Amino acid sequence: MEAIKDFINLVSRPQIFFPVILAVFFFVFPPTERLLAINKKLGLYKLWTKRGGIILFSFLVIAFAFGLTDPHFTKIVTKPDNVPIIGLAFLVLFFVWYSMKQAWENDQRIASGLRPKEAEDAKEKILVWPDLVYIELIAIIGCTILLTVWAIILKAPLEEPANPTVSPNPSKAPWYFLGLQEMLVYFDPWIAGVLFPTVIIIGMMAIPYLDPNKKGCGYYTFRERKMAIAIFMFYWLVLWFSLITVGTFLRGPNWNFFGPFEYWDVHKLEALTNINLSDIIYMIWLKQQLPQNILLREMGGFLVLLFYFGCLPLVLAKSVFKSLYERLGVFRYSLFVIFLLMSIGLPIKMILRWVFNIKYIVAIPEFFFNI
Amino acid sequence: MDEQNGFLRKISQTQLAKAIFRTGIPRNRRQRMMIMLNSVFLHLHPVRLPKHAVKVKYTWCMGGLSFFIFLVLTVTGILLMFYYRPTVEYAYGDIMDLKEQVPLGIMREIHRWGAHLMVITVWLHMFRVFMTGSYKPPREFNWAVGVVLLVLTMLMSFTGYLLPWDQLAIWAITVGSNMAGATPFAGTAGPGSSLLALGDVNFITASSDARFAMIGGRFIGEAALLRFYVLHCIGLPFIIMIFMIVHFWRVRKDGGISGPI
Repeated sequence: MEAIKDFINLVSRPQIFFPVILAVFFFVFPPTERLLAINKKLGLYKLWTKRGGIILFSFLVIAFAFGLTDPHFTKIVTKPDNVPIIGLAFLVLFFVWYSMKQAWENDQRIASGLRPKEAEDAKEKILVWPDLVYIELIAIIGCTILLTVWAIILKAPLEEPANPTVSPNPSKAPWYFLGLQEMLVYFDPWIAGVLFPTVIIIGMMAIPYLDPNKKGCGYYTFRERKMAIAIFMFYWLVLWFSLITVGTFLRGPNWNFFGPFEYWDVHKLEALTNINLSDIIYMIWLKQQLPQNILLREMGGFLVLLFYFGCLPLVLAKSVFKSLYERLGVFRYSLFVIFLLMSIGLPIKMILRWVFNIKYIVAIPEFFFNI
Repeated sequence: MDEQNGFLRKISQTQLAKAIFRTGIPRNRRQRMMIMLNSVFLHLHPVRLPKHAVKVKYTWCMGGLSFFIFLVLTVTGILLMFYYRPTVEYAYGDIMDLKEQVPLGIMREIHRWGAHLMVITVWLHMFRVFMTGSYKPPREFNWAVGVVLLVLTMLMSFTGYLLPWDQLAIWAITVGSNMAGATPFAGTAGPGSSLLALGDVNFITASSDARFAMIGGRFIGEAALLRFYVLHCIGLPFIIMIFMIVHFWRVRKDGGISGPI
């Protein structure tokens, strides 16, 4: 039992699970035909069948039940404000499975020359009274019952009166913002708390203009929208949802990382071994002092950024995104690729931090300008 | 039940019932259409829909439930307002009273869990809309309105989080509002703010930056509580209502619920 818990604690460390997720993800949600072929060879699409769903959810439930045998895990999970996240976890995974299941079924129909299931249904018109109204009534009653029972069983939390002089450790934002708070580990507040939220909002609004694919409107499908769905799922599951989970359940005092079965020790010591890119360039590679001039000192970082945002879009337009570039045109393509590169900056920064201990690419603390 | 002489039928023939429900009991096709057209509430819906659009399998009911939970939160919120005074002196005590003195009181619980649930249903609604490709033309604009509604939902929840005035509340809001202090140029701890100066005089200080504008002070106190209270009870609901009206209207105007062409 303890050995299993230790093992889970070990593999849940971001150094291990994050690279693993990155490596596996695009085989499960393949954005290209080639990856789709590998997905089919490995049989990963079977996850989106009834049997796959049953296996997936039995696994989840067993893992969760196993977790509940541990007093520490139970304590975090049953904290009143954390309960919705457990619900969210199951709901999100269920609906990911449910939508993908319908998508694969439709893809098979389309492959064999039929129209999607929705098109079959849509031939028939029905009256909203009573056919829709009664569904709404049932949904409303169900929701009311759920809320009432939830409210009776679980009291809303009320802690000590507000005291500006005593700060709890850790201090956490409401759970739906914990993805942003978790980003603070990898980026300064002006990026994680201001720039990224803005980019997320504008980027989401821009989706319809950046997705030139006319297919797949009004029915579930994966094959016809591989790229769009793979990118969206990556943000939704890996960057939003899993960061919330990590921020809620696996971040303890001093925002240190703790495995799910690890005691939240306030005195846990984390070696601060993170260094900046400029330190690596000057002190390790060139073996000399950091130069006094800020621009000279951060030259390496600026060159990296210049390549990342200046040259990489051009390289991508000529290679991977060639057809996309032709369909979107210069302006929309630039928007798309800048949003994409910015957001991919997050997993890149996570890998740099967890695997290579790099803190900042550009570090100018003098002007609060760290990237 | 005897269709001709039933109790329900008798009532539906009275002048009162006729005055309120114009259509009467919807029994035939015409009445079923008329009832949708005559009621201002039911008229949010179209009269007829393609069959796929009413299936839970397709819609997951998430948009409708988000709206329903919004209504639940409005009602419970109004009830809570009777008992709550947004001042540092009284806020915590009022919540305490609500907890200790009201027998069988679950309004705060329903309000709090409903708020969490609404964030979840709004996210899942967005996820469904994405997975069915419903943001594609001609529904691009409504997708943008939906994104605004999603952000507003989270802001509603965020502003409400402060009101109990306990440790959980002020430190969560402290963490959240500190980020505003890092706004480029407009926050004291943000890049570029020190450039906005005239000689030695900085324009952006802890008493004049974005964070100050948000919480009305240098730290979370009386002003922040009042600000969040007003935003939570009046300001944001007002804005969210406007966007909701546009959202529902545009669902109908942009060709109704999405479906295969």
